[in-house]
Order: sequence, then C-alpha cells, then structure tokens
Amino acid sequence: MRPPHPYAQPFILGEVRAALRMPGAGMDAIFDSLRNAGLLIVSGDPTLLEIVALSLAVSLSAVVLATLLGLPLGAAIGVLRFPGRRALIVILNALMGLPPVVVGLVVYLVLSRAGPLGELGLLFTPPAMVIAQTVLILPIIAALSRQAVEDAWREYEEQLTSLGARGVQAARTVLWDIRFSLLTAVLAGLGRASAEVGAVMIVGGNIDGVTRVMTTAIALETSKGDLPLALGLGIVLIAIVLALNAAAFLVKEAAQRRYG
Amino acid sequence: MILPLRLEEVSFTAGGRAIIAPTSLEIHAGTSTIILGANGAGKSVLMRLMHGLLAPSAGRVVWQGREPHRRQAMVFQRPVMLRRSALANVAYALEVAGVPRAEREGQAMAALKEVGLVSCADRPARILSGGEQQRLALARAWALHPEVLFLDEPTASLDPGATREIESVIRAFDAAGTKIIMSTHNLGQARRLGDEVLFIHQGRIAERSPVERFFSKPASPEAEAFLKGELPWA
Amino acid sequence: MGMTSRVLIGLLLCTTSVLAQDKFITVASTTSTEQSGLFKHLLPIFEKKTGIDVRVIAQGTGQALDTGRRGDADVVFVHAKAQEEKFIAEGHGVKRIEVMYNDFVLVGPKSDPAKARGKDIAAALKKIKDAKAPFASRADRSGTHSAELRLWKAAGIDIAKEKGLWYRETGSGMGPTLNTASGMNAYALTDRGTWLSFKNRGSLEVIVEGDKRLFNQYGVILVNPAKHPHVKKEMGQAFIDWLVSPEGQKAIADYKINGEQLFYPNAGG
Repeated sequence: MRPPHPYAQPFILGEVRAALRMPGAGMDAIFDSLRNAGLLIVSGDPTLLEIVALSLAVSLSAVVLATLLGLPLGAAIGVLRFPGRRALIVILNALMGLPPVVVGLVVYLVLSRAGPLGELGLLFTPPAMVIAQTVLILPIIAALSRQAVEDAWREYEEQLTSLGARGVQAARTVLWDIRFSLLTAVLAGLGRASAEVGAVMIVGGNIDGVTRVMTTAIALETSKGDLPLALGLGIVLIAIVLALNAAAFLVKEAAQRRYG
Repeated sequence: MILPLRLEEVSFTAGGRAIIAPTSLEIHAGTSTIILGANGAGKSVLMRLMHGLLAPSAGRVVWQGREPHRRQAMVFQRPVMLRRSALANVAYALEVAGVPRAEREGQAMAALKEVGLVSCADRPARILSGGEQQRLALARAWALHPEVLFLDEPTASLDPGATREIESVIRAFDAAGTKIIMSTHNLGQARRLGDEVLFIHQGRIAERSPVERFFSKPASPEAEAFLKGELPWA
Repeated sequence: MGMTSRVLIGLLLCTTSVLAQDKFITVASTTSTEQSGLFKHLLPIFEKKTGIDVRVIAQGTGQALDTGRRGDADVVFVHAKAQEEKFIAEGHGVKRIEVMYNDFVLVGPKSDPAKARGKDIAAALKKIKDAKAPFASRADRSGTHSAELRLWKAAGIDIAKEKGLWYRETGSGMGPTLNTASGMNAYALTDRGTWLSFKNRGSLEVIVEGDKRLFNQYGVILVNPAKHPHVKKEMGQAFIDWLVSPEGQKAIADYKINGEQLFYPNAGG
C-alpha cells in the first residue's frame, strides 16, 4: 500500500524546479511565487502529493485525538467547580502558547531509545509526529472549548438543572448544542498543527519519503537556498489550510440556518 | 405527594447583602400562589430557593415524599431551548426524566398538542417566536406532569396576544391539578390566575392573603403603596 | 458514525503504515551530505540491491553523534575525525571506517574586501580577521565547524578570544549559514557539495580552494549493539560494507553536479 519509493522515479520536482523563476522585487515576487505554486500543483508531482498527504494525515490525526481528549476536558472545567479551578484555567490558557520546538524536544526525549518510551521505537516515524502535535494543540482545544462551554453554561445552567440534568449529562448536552461554535476551537488547533515546523522536525527527522511534511520541506528548501520552490510550497500549504477553513465556515453557516 | 412545602427560617445572603430575610411559611396544594412584589424585592430568589436552584444561606427547604425535585418544573422569563426541533426539546426533558426511548416521541407529541404547537413539531425551536417558545417551555413542563409548576414572570417579554395564550395553558395546568407558584408584575394577570397572593417587600413576606382581599383591602402599608403604583422599585 | 470511523481508520493507517516497514535502518548523517544530494543518488542503488530502506536523519555532526549515543540511530555517517574517535572511545561505536572525502572551500563576496583570494587558507583567514570583514560561522559542533576552528588555529588565531562583531555565529546548518552569508555579503567556509547545489548565492563565489588543509574526510560507524541491543546490526553492517565495496565506491564517484564530482571515495586507503 506504500507509494513507490520517491528516489526510484525521475525527480520530477527537479524539472519543475528548473522551470521556477527566482522571484524579483515587489509585485513580481508575488506573481512569480504564485506561478511557482501553480506549476507545482499542476505538475501533479508524486513527491509533492506524498508530502501533502502526509501533512494532512499527521495534522488531521492530531486534531482528532486532541479533540477527543480536549473537548471533554474543556467542558468539565467549564461546568464543574472544584478547588484550584481558576489556577487550572490560567495554566491551560498559558499552555496555548507552548513553543512547538519545546514540545518537540520533550516528546523526542520521551520517545528516544534513551528515554522512558524508547522501547516503542516510535521516534522518526509519523506516529511520533502525531503525538507531538497532539500535545501541542490539546491545550488550545481544551482552553477554547472551556471558554465556549462556560459561556453557554451561563445560558443553560438554570434550565438544565431545573430539568434534572447534572454533571456529565449536562456537559454532554451543552457540548452537543454548541458543536458548531466548537468547530472554531478545532480549526484553531488545525491551524496551529499544520503551520508548525519545530515539533515535527525534531521528532520526525524530516526523512525523505517517510517523515517529510510541507513545513519541514519548506524549511529544507529554504536552507538549500531554493527560495522559489520554498515559497511555492508555502503557497500550496496556505491554499490547503484556506480551503479547509472555508469548508468549515460553510458548514457552520448552513447549520446556523438549520438549527437557529 | 411532595406538597406541602415548608420553608423553615430560610434566608439568603449574597455579596454581603441580605436578599431574603429569615422566612418561614407553608405552601399547600390546591390554591394557585402568586408572588407579587416590586423589582428587586426578592421574588425570583425566593422561587429559586423553593425550586432548589439556589441553596439557602440558612434554614431548610422541606418537601414531602421521595425525590421531590423530579416532581417539579420551572418556566423562566426567557425560555431556554436547545438547538433542536420543538419536538426534540420536549423529548429531551423526557430523556432526562428517564422515560424509555420508545415512549418519548408519543408523550412529547401529546404535550405539544396540549399547547397547540403540533404544527411546529419539526421546526428548530430557536427560530420560533417568543410566544411560541414560551408555549414550548410549558409543553416541556407539561410532559413531565409535575406536581408543582414554578413560573418566573412568564409573560413579561410577550405581547398581549401571546400573553393570553400562555395564561390559558397555565389555566390548563391548574385544571389538571398542578400547583402553580408564579411571580408576575401584571396585576390583572395575578387576579385572573391566582387564588392567593404572597406579597414580598425587601426580602420579607409582608402579606399573604386570598387574591380578592389583597386587591380590595390590602392589610400592610407596603402592599397598599405597591398597589397604588408608588413602589415599582424596591 | 460509519463515515467518520472510516475516515479515522484511514488517517491512522496512513500514519502508522510506516511502522509496519521492518526492513529499514536509521542513519544519522550531516546536513552537508544530505543537501549535496549524495544520498538521493546512492540510496536507491543500495535499496534496489538489498531491499533495505535507508532513512537518513540530517543533522550537524555533533547532533548526529549524540543521536547515536542515545541509540536512536543504527549507523552514523559524519566528517569530524576527532569527534568520531571520541565516540568510539566512549564505547558507542564499533569501528570507524573511512569512506570518502571532499573538500571545503572558502566562499565570499565577489568584491573580496579582505583580499583573501588565493590558494592559502590560513593566510586568507588572517586577512579576513585583520580586515574585520564579515564572516559567517556555523558555530554548531558540526564537522564543518570543527574544520573551521582547526583552520583558525592553523592561521595562528585564537578565534574564541579574537572574534569581534565581524564574526557572525549562526548556530545553524550549512544552508542557512550560506543564506546568511549571502544576505550580508560575508565570507564562509563550506563543503564543496553543499556549495555546488546551493542556489541562493547572491554575490558569493569561491575565494580559496585547493589548500591541502581543506581536505574533509568522511567516516561511517556502526552504533555499538553491545551498548544498544536494539540496533539493527546486520542491516547496518550491510550498508557499511556496501559503502566501502567497489560498487559503492564507484557509485560515490559517479555522483556529479553539472559534470563536477563532489566526493572522492577513499575506503581502505
């Protein structure tokens, strides 16, 4: 099921590379980079497709995991009252700003053979990247959903309590009711995950054909001085994230119309 | 039977202010009780203390029977609906009450029929008009067949037409034997729907009497001032 | 939930399918080797022959050896003899085997403000320091950085003491350092391989080359399975054996950019 080895076929990206122009100054640079991005997409280069597919697989997996863990966590903190709650909220909000490279470093040390989970042999594989990105965006999803749930709880609390819905049942009801607002929290997490390079670079190693994603590929091409290609890849990445956001926005709008 | 409800020296303090002074009273089945008072007098807080949404700072709220909170329902000034259809909102209340899934839709439909909202059953609850949503809140309460129905100024945000519709549903509850405890600003409504008046002034029950006597011959000076329109705000 | 579960399973399969590949080794090597494009040329030949997938992590020499020390790689392939011998002495590596060499070149702005052009690297460095011309150093414990420090010493300069604002320590790989040098019209020491494939030259060109002291030897070491039992020693050894075999050595010599050979095989010699 694995795609053909990228080394085994003529490196078409190289031909595209030859066709790319060095961006000039000002408006020229923008048009040239857009043209580069267009050439990249149209060429249908299998290496590029593999990189894009892996980027999406890693970031979307991380978003799914972080949502499964983070939404209930955020809802619980939003609804329950317990000692230390306010301190926990402050910490959770602060963790939203976790530097990706620090997360990458910590996960690296944990997954390294010299570390506690070395036996799993996960380092330098996509699952390691998923783990690192999940850790990175979990606080974002938890903190933002906590805020949304807490705001909604203010509206729903009395009525739900009056009906006899408490604790987990009440939290689940509120979460489901505000699900389209929660989409914003999930999108924030997706944005962070697809944009970061620090964590996936360290735990993935940017191995050609195995752990190379869009952001690490851009970093690599930049360090090789191939700026037109790097810019072109960057535009492709932005275009994909834009498309995902647009789709989510339309879904939200449609839901608003349906459910009020 | 969860009535009579007894309040034993119940008081409520918040933010350093005494909102409800130590109050003892008994509420019996049969009569509709209207809670009247100026704004800020403590009507809403008193109702929430009775219903269990607030815990008293001192004193006890004592119901009879087993699981009294399951035999009550409350309708608020602004109805709170889930982002679901009207029918689903009523069904949700039944779900929380533990009614088996197979019976929920049927019972919910019966409740909608009672308030005249069958045609709105599948429409999203949140896009119904204010009056329709409040009727839906009553349908939701109806489906639970409560012994006691609390209403906190249920028609304060509605126009006269919608108000009339709500009042007729409240009368239906009363005819079915549900104890009504309702706060209102609308003196005409109090006369129309109530049997007794609990008049509250600055957190104390200043007067308690049958509705006609309250309006024709108020016993306390505060009640008199209130009826004369001199005490809209406490 | 049918559609959602299918998407989830698909995502998980995509990311974990890589785990299922058992026939691979992890090689920690340097950014200069990777960026020169040598591996893209060599590894398909090796994989075709043996079916072993070679996964290269490109880091600086210091970092690559640390990766070996932690047991996160099966083989290390770097170019800093002193650091490599220390690695073996610590017991992390089995044996250091020489594979190939290339050379460093000093690049700098076409205008050559320090008048460093020529065939003598030590003299060039001295002129650069005297002129206080901007110099971009990798400063990252890489093989190139070690070589640079060696050359300052050969020029009789204690760079740690004598550096000034003109000496810019980027702490990064060869590519980024060259980007910086290009951006500030600075001199820099780079391996020829990276230089030949580097595209953002700006006004930089080769200023000094051919000095014997610019010789850069590469060595390959199997991470010690006695210390790190999970190391894939048979496959790792197969890779090393191939690199020094006539076939591997020829493949190294065959790698050219624009007709120029980058690396000179010298195993066993």
